[in-house]
Amino acid sequence: MQNNKVLITGIGIVSSLGEGLDAHWNALAGKPEPKLETEKFAPYTVHPLGQVDWNLQIPKRSDQRQMETWQRLGTYAAGLALQDAGIKEDEALCSTMDMVVAAGGGERDLAVDTLILAEGRTSNDRGVMLNQKLSTELRPTLFLAQLSNLLAGNISIVHKVTGSSRTFMGEESSGISAIETAAARIRSGQSTHALVGGSYNTEHFDMLLGHELGGYLKSDGWAPLWQREGSAGGGLVTGSGGVFLVLESAEHVAKRGARAYAEIESITSGQIRRGRDDLKKTVQDMLKKAAGGDEAPFIVSGASGAHAPTSAEKAALDALSGAARGISGITGHLREAQFPLAVAIAAIAVSKGEAFAPLEDGEKPLDKPVSAAIATTIGVTRAEGVARLVKV
Amino acid sequence: MTKYTDHLGRPIVAVTGIGIVSSLGQGKEDNWTALTAGRSGIHDITRFPTENLNTRIAGTVDFLAESTAGATPLSEKLAALAAEEAIAQSNLPMEDFGGSLFIAAPPVELDWKGRFALDRTTIDDGETSYELMLASCRRKPLPDFFNTTQFGYIAERIADKFGTRGLPITLSTACASGATAIQLGVEAIRRGESDRVLSIGTDGSVSAESLIRFSLLSALSTQNDPAYKAAKPFSKDRDGFVMAEGAGALVMESLESAVARGAKILGFLQGCGEKADDFHRTRSKPDGSPAIGAVRAALDDAGLTTDQIDYINAHGTSTPENDKMEYLALSTVFADRIGAIPTSSNKSMIGHTLTAAGAIEAAFSLLTIQTGTLPPTINYDNPDPTILLDVVPNVKREQQVSTVLSSSFGFGGQNTCLVMGAEPN
Repeated sequence: MQNNKVLITGIGIVSSLGEGLDAHWNALAGKPEPKLETEKFAPYTVHPLGQVDWNLQIPKRSDQRQMETWQRLGTYAAGLALQDAGIKEDEALCSTMDMVVAAGGGERDLAVDTLILAEGRTSNDRGVMLNQKLSTELRPTLFLAQLSNLLAGNISIVHKVTGSSRTFMGEESSGISAIETAAARIRSGQSTHALVGGSYNTEHFDMLLGHELGGYLKSDGWAPLWQREGSAGGGLVTGSGGVFLVLESAEHVAKRGARAYAEIESITSGQIRRGRDDLKKTVQDMLKKAAGGDEAPFIVSGASGAHAPTSAEKAALDALSGAARGISGITGHLREAQFPLAVAIAAIAVSKGEAFAPLEDGEKPLDKPVSAAIATTIGVTRAEGVARLVKV
Repeated sequence: MTKYTDHLGRPIVAVTGIGIVSSLGQGKEDNWTALTAGRSGIHDITRFPTENLNTRIAGTVDFLAESTAGATPLSEKLAALAAEEAIAQSNLPMEDFGGSLFIAAPPVELDWKGRFALDRTTIDDGETSYELMLASCRRKPLPDFFNTTQFGYIAERIADKFGTRGLPITLSTACASGATAIQLGVEAIRRGESDRVLSIGTDGSVSAESLIRFSLLSALSTQNDPAYKAAKPFSKDRDGFVMAEGAGALVMESLESAVARGAKILGFLQGCGEKADDFHRTRSKPDGSPAIGAVRAALDDAGLTTDQIDYINAHGTSTPENDKMEYLALSTVFADRIGAIPTSSNKSMIGHTLTAAGAIEAAFSLLTIQTGTLPPTINYDNPDPTILLDVVPNVKREQQVSTVLSSSFGFGGQNTCLVMGAEPN
């Protein structure tokens, strides 16, 4: 079996900080203030998407109309990543490119839901009423605009990526598995180049409900990521965003003379039983393995802010002498796209050879060049993933 | 000495356990008996009222306690039953499986029962609104409802129950999902990541809303009476698919590890192929090139030529579009030989089990190889004259086959094909 190096050659990011890797690096490196929406979903705070001109990556209006925001976000970020890698509109490369998408779904029609629930309060026969209302009120194509695997479907349609198409689901775990699987396939020679990533739109009551059914959202405004203990609600402040990466084997990169940001040297993933196993120890072991003897590693943490997993990760990080940066304090938690985001930011740091300054009090400065970086994502309720990126 | 690597030097993938649940029953035996007898599992829907609906039939699984509990508990139960049967057959430890888990599961949201219940908690607070429902959750979270909305939940439960290793993968490639779960398992074994894998496709998501959504896309058959006649793949008067439920599970192992522990080998996963379509969200590219590409990729991966396929387990959904395009693809790849390769659709009897279909149909493909019986395509009373396939019309056929192609083509342009055989290649 082959043992190819897996390189990141394209990065596409859209979030509340803007779009593109420069916008994100500059924002993170420049003592960033989070961009917040505090009123629309009060008492919840979210990191909203800035202005996006969808036409730049999704030229056809008819395509835009067929997608809900999370699909547009993902398709847009995928376009940025392809462009960044110099692959966009290269038919030969796109038609042989593998794709793994980490997807959620949803963004229901709130007006229809509310109408039905209101009628349900007085209806004598809810089942029959439900049939009648859903049949007449639902927009036929909304189904496809919500459906998990249709983000990948839209990327195929808009960007002509058709080598293969797989959609992973399962909140944060889908983002971890997507990158892990795409990288493992390239490493072993099952694939030469792949598009991988995900997207999440939080600016939707139904999407917030998905978290709040479990009581996970922070409900008393934004606070720095590592300082949310004891605050009202569950600690999570979510953000909208899409992140896609282009991964290639080193040989493929060399053949087409492309530049690479970083090598994905390893990814470790797992899923302990949170109620029984020790999360702090698990994360600590994963970090230690990823650090590979580096006494003071640079760590881009995808910690969500949710109380229990965030304090476990913090304890694990504190036990190391490394310098960690909790990016979701600034971007919000991007759920499916969280691990792709952490990996992307870590890759940029490695390629620049430098860390960015602490994002909040308590994070340690790092005054040495960065030749390797660690990216983490610990799911709100399940799944743990850590990647180690090194200089090419 | 046994050869443990295939034509490309990769570990050979053996199947050592098979599990099936469908509307025809629980377990391989009941399912195979019914399927080869040409019995339909399609029936009138009783799970929810069907007044005002154009389609009132489905292949729901109604015989379980979880059948009325909602899509997540039912999908989990179906997956668990199929996995249990497969693991039992493989003789691996039931609670300590020790390999990776790949599970195709339906993307489900909080169901209407849950939504109505949540709204009820806000009745004294004012008119229905998402804001009030969120406020209710702030006061009192609903962990059971929360779990049903988490796409990673079923996999976690199955992983815990059977002791699989590592981070389980939950996936959806629409109607190709079950086949993708198997493909991911095959690839993991070939990479040497795991000596054994558990691949499952499960779907218990038939509800009023899911049915209406497909109905609004004009995808479903409306020939409600009699229900068992509605699914008629490759017939001239086919008018849509019939939604259905079930689960299929395979235990797959590297041949080397299966032989080392003395496992009984049921068949081989010889090849997997895929190709995405970039034409349209629900329609395939008119020239059929993505489906053609997927079939060819599966044959190449298996190291086989078109002459070596003995039987095709068709996707055969019974929609006007799919069956036409599938014939175009198959007749392009197999050329003149296509009419001579028996090609039947399990969906004529079990309906379209959506996320589970690729896994259930792979399981049936392996049983076809094992038993030497080809399941029929039932309801083939009025052949489509433009589709010149030997569909094994209406009655099973006794015929030994050693290599089977199973195809899955999904909304969103996701096409996956599997090649299974009695012997490795």
